[in-house]
Amino acid sequence: MTNSQGKPIPVPTLETAPYWEGCRQHQLRIQRCNDCGQYQFFPRLYCSKCFGERVDWVNATGRASVVSFTVVRRPVSPAYANEVPYVVALVRLEEGPQMMTNIIGCAPEEVKIGMIVEVVFDDWTETISIPKFRPAETVP
Amino acid sequence: MKNRVAIVGVADTEVGVVPQYSATQLYVRAARLALADAGITKDQVDGLITCASWAEPYLYHAEMIAEYMQIFPRYCMGAPAGGGTTLAMMHHAASAIVTGICHTVLVTMADSQVSGLSRDKAVEIMATAGHPQFERPYGPPIPAFYALLARAHEHAYGTTAEQRAAVAVACRKHASLNPAAQMRQPITIDDVLASRMIADPLHLLDCSLVSDGGAAFIMTSAERARDFKQKPVYLLGVGEGHSHEHVSQALSLTTSAAKESGERAFAMAGLQPSDVDVAELYDCFTPVVIIELEDLGFCPKGEGGRFVEGGRIEIGGELPVNTHGGLLSHCHPGHPGSMFAITEAVRQLRGSCGARQVPGAKIALVHGQGGIMSTHCTAIFGSEPI
Repeated sequence: MTNSQGKPIPVPTLETAPYWEGCRQHQLRIQRCNDCGQYQFFPRLYCSKCFGERVDWVNATGRASVVSFTVVRRPVSPAYANEVPYVVALVRLEEGPQMMTNIIGCAPEEVKIGMIVEVVFDDWTETISIPKFRPAETVP
Repeated sequence: MKNRVAIVGVADTEVGVVPQYSATQLYVRAARLALADAGITKDQVDGLITCASWAEPYLYHAEMIAEYMQIFPRYCMGAPAGGGTTLAMMHHAASAIVTGICHTVLVTMADSQVSGLSRDKAVEIMATAGHPQFERPYGPPIPAFYALLARAHEHAYGTTAEQRAAVAVACRKHASLNPAAQMRQPITIDDVLASRMIADPLHLLDCSLVSDGGAAFIMTSAERARDFKQKPVYLLGVGEGHSHEHVSQALSLTTSAAKESGERAFAMAGLQPSDVDVAELYDCFTPVVIIELEDLGFCPKGEGGRFVEGGRIEIGGELPVNTHGGLLSHCHPGHPGSMFAITEAVRQLRGSCGARQVPGAKIALVHGQGGIMSTHCTAIFGSEPI
């Protein structure tokens, strides 16, 4: 278990509980619309494209590409002081949605826009695991 | 709305580190100075707009300021957020006047982020801007959000650190001509590049200030404006654009809703970017100015980096930008940020800016953005109706 003391530990809501339950099981879940086929993240009550209500949770492949990134040199709070420099990135999942994450498992200077990454989970508490990404082992 | 309302009074308080006034006192001081500039008493105001304060928050902030001032407006509104919202409040004030809700609106905004909070506390509050479940766990400070935009723009268009630095250099040059500015010591591109890296690729001097301070303006109908002591400055066009709240939900990192807000403002005014004499652009971080210049149509998409080179955005250049010094060098007390852009634009159009006056300025553009390039408002002001 990672020391998450002082960090903003997510508090699941009615809407996000299935996402965090997936993370607990080390499975990245996003939503898919049964009417128009759109995948979406953040979770929403309705499809943000067709506004239909037949939205289901599905497992994502967990593979993504880096859209942009930054190397944080000055930590956001003392709880992150031991991690600087750390990489905050936006990645685009294979299914389409974009999410914020940390890129771990490589030196910050190795991170590049367009790099293929894969999800890995950081266990913060018994119930909350944070999805992060590392360089993919094999590029398809 | 074109030509139908005018700003007839403006004022800034002392800015920078201002321990002698509380946040609430800064709102009221800005109001009193603006009333004096307009040559009216507080009882001649029948509309009031304020922004929220972090240092001294109230649930009904505008009502609290009205109570403090003992004014009893028929239109009273507190804006919860800053950036583009601040400038959009000018749009609301104009709408209230044009629709007859009230005649004369006082907009006053201030905060005390250094003296009333503390620099660290202010930075801590700012960092809560991220989504609590899907962004904040990753530890992004505010500069990191903007660094994501800067990196994407760099990757797409080859924008360089030197080009971003040119924005900071221009703002500081202008601040050096402005006795009121918080940071007045001129800097060079090398100074920006040598300053500490905060979140790659943004250096310390690519980031705006943390400040105390307030500003206010008085707006009334163009008809009534002729009876005030100051030469009115007319609203020629205004538009808004709203694309997201959280940066991870942005559909584009390199093109913003400034495109829509700018097109709407220029369409109302019947003007184009080449008509603008001076631009006061939201500059919380240097890459924002580059993206705004593109999205507002001052240059093609991807050319913003080249546009800011060679002194083009300095006074004496093709398009002077942030003639007061902007958020980068004049001051940035948080929510009121865009207010100083409005008061500066009005002074430029009155021709009262002294050493930093843009000679013959007749058309000024002000752009505010808030969130993480999320919410945008563009306003075009003129020294005469057109």
